[in-house]
Amino acid sequence: MDGGFKPKWDELIQPGRVHGSLYYDQGIFKEEVEKIWFRTWVYIGHESEVPQKNDFVTKSIGPMPVLMVRDMKGEIQLLLNRCPHRGNAVCVQERGNRARFTCPYHSWTFANTGELINYAFPEGYKGTDKSQLGLGKVTRIANYRGFIFGSMAPEGPTIEEHLAGAKRCIDQLCDNSPTGEIEITAGFLKHRTRANWKFILENECDGYHPAFVHSSIFSVSDSAIGDLYGDNAVAVTRDLGNGHTEVDPRPEFRRRDKPMSWFGTTPERLPDYVAQMNEAYGADRARQIMIDGTPHTMIFPNLFIAEIQIFVIEPVSASESIQHSTAIQFKGAPDINRRLRQQTMGSVGPAGFLLADDTEMYERNQRGLEIREPEYLFLKRGEHRERRDEDGYRIGHSTDDLPSRAIWEHYREVMEDK
Amino acid sequence: MSTEAAEIEGPDILKEWVGKPRVYEKAFNPELYHEVQQFIFREARLQDIHDYDAWEALWTDDALYWVPANGTDTDPERQMSLIYDNRSRIALRVRQLKTGRRHSQTPPSQLARVISNFELLKSDSEDLKVMCNSQIFETNMRGDTMWASRNEYSLRRVGGELRMAYKKVVLINNNKAIYTLSFLV
Ligand code: FES
Ligand SMILES: [Fe+2]
Repeated sequence: MDGGFKPKWDELIQPGRVHGSLYYDQGIFKEEVEKIWFRTWVYIGHESEVPQKNDFVTKSIGPMPVLMVRDMKGEIQLLLNRCPHRGNAVCVQERGNRARFTCPYHSWTFANTGELINYAFPEGYKGTDKSQLGLGKVTRIANYRGFIFGSMAPEGPTIEEHLAGAKRCIDQLCDNSPTGEIEITAGFLKHRTRANWKFILENECDGYHPAFVHSSIFSVSDSAIGDLYGDNAVAVTRDLGNGHTEVDPRPEFRRRDKPMSWFGTTPERLPDYVAQMNEAYGADRARQIMIDGTPHTMIFPNLFIAEIQIFVIEPVSASESIQHSTAIQFKGAPDINRRLRQQTMGSVGPAGFLLADDTEMYERNQRGLEIREPEYLFLKRGEHRERRDEDGYRIGHSTDDLPSRAIWEHYREVMEDK
Repeated sequence: MSTEAAEIEGPDILKEWVGKPRVYEKAFNPELYHEVQQFIFREARLQDIHDYDAWEALWTDDALYWVPANGTDTDPERQMSLIYDNRSRIALRVRQLKTGRRHSQTPPSQLARVISNFELLKSDSEDLKVMCNSQIFETNMRGDTMWASRNEYSLRRVGGELRMAYKKVVLINNNKAIYTLSFLV
């Protein structure tokens, strides 16, 4: 760390309360870029976004763009879009299909595996070792059931170690597909917000707000969401370890004991999907999967699996972020996929019935912190009723601040270099 | 309506943004042009002043309201759109706004939009096809935002009055990250 900037993490982050500067201080944001975004595992994209050899798509790791490429051998690469000569962009298309990238400035050409193939007028580079002049890469890359994660740290925990309890959630999601695979093929809505990324992170498993922030849409549509986030809800919040959190609605769905109730529908209305599920898993297991539904899980720091859609959080600065959202598609299940898209389009993105209002809240929070009293945010809801589930995970009521507390404990460990 | 028409093609590289070639009417019918303009100006005014009921009444029963993302001629049955509302979802959108608890519109955005560059397209049906551009100034608690779009309408005469059967709003920056868009665009 440079200069005199040394945040006292133990003062800023205390049990059940955090200091406002964590959301607006640009120095803290820079520290986060180094210690979270450029060090720990970060979600990049899904392998189905680059299905063919030579496909590429622009993604990001923290505030830095990354090219996710399926190279000419079929391997996924995470390349940095910076020409090693003088820094120009070797690719200005957001997505496409190409085996090589040529920098427009002086025409250096790179294979989509990152190696420098050749440069213009090579006489001028006599004796130069080309192998040292390839594109930069995200240092480590991992694929968990099609979800691609990257880490800029040369070593550290494996992706399985990092995911901890959240592994079960990705498995649960994939199990809802009759092929065991999900796809991300519908393109992303990109929603800009003038708020710190951690307001988004904490809101994803905040079960306290829906009854109020989303009352406008609940009151005019027949939504059963109130049962999940009411005072008498049996759904729980859970600390999955390493900053990952979830709202687990399965207790409620198991009480209802009705397949597809999680999706607000019935098996009769999705006959093809249900038949495929029975075929794939056998009737008993399929029934349980279709009762439990998909997870509601925030994987630290940037992948939110929101039942039927994913959100990817991109931090821009201390007070600016982008939410990327899209429908999850179950590979080979067209009848449910259309409904997944339609429902997602209604809910999320800049014009969504839900997300427009969540995002309004983030921005108001952010502006609120300009007011310097009280200095701390209060995150103690449900502290007295935290308990452990049979697997030893910390759980709470669906409306408790437990997910925020879990996120901040992990955050403090990472920022303190523990 | 005259069948005399001109096909205007842009360069390939722009297709993603200007869309597939459209066939424009060359014949000019000043009365029709005036009527179409007055209708769309009225729609713009109802949107600007948040007169939700009057705006909703402009739609036909089979209406489609589409705001694509990531291009102009995307496939809304496969790709995510910002808005892809059939008639019942338009009604739901309006009902939500009218609760007074649509927080991103409470207080409502202050708006003024300028609509221009009207052109009639050749139509294969009774519906009138209209293209125009829109620029919207929005100010709300976040600050000031400028929006710009190419709009495409299908208008139909129902009981002597024009109605909207189709409205497509192609935001010029719909491939970028944009702020909340919860007023009627
Ligand atoms: S900056 Fe890329 S070739 Fe010179
Ligand atoms: Fe919400």
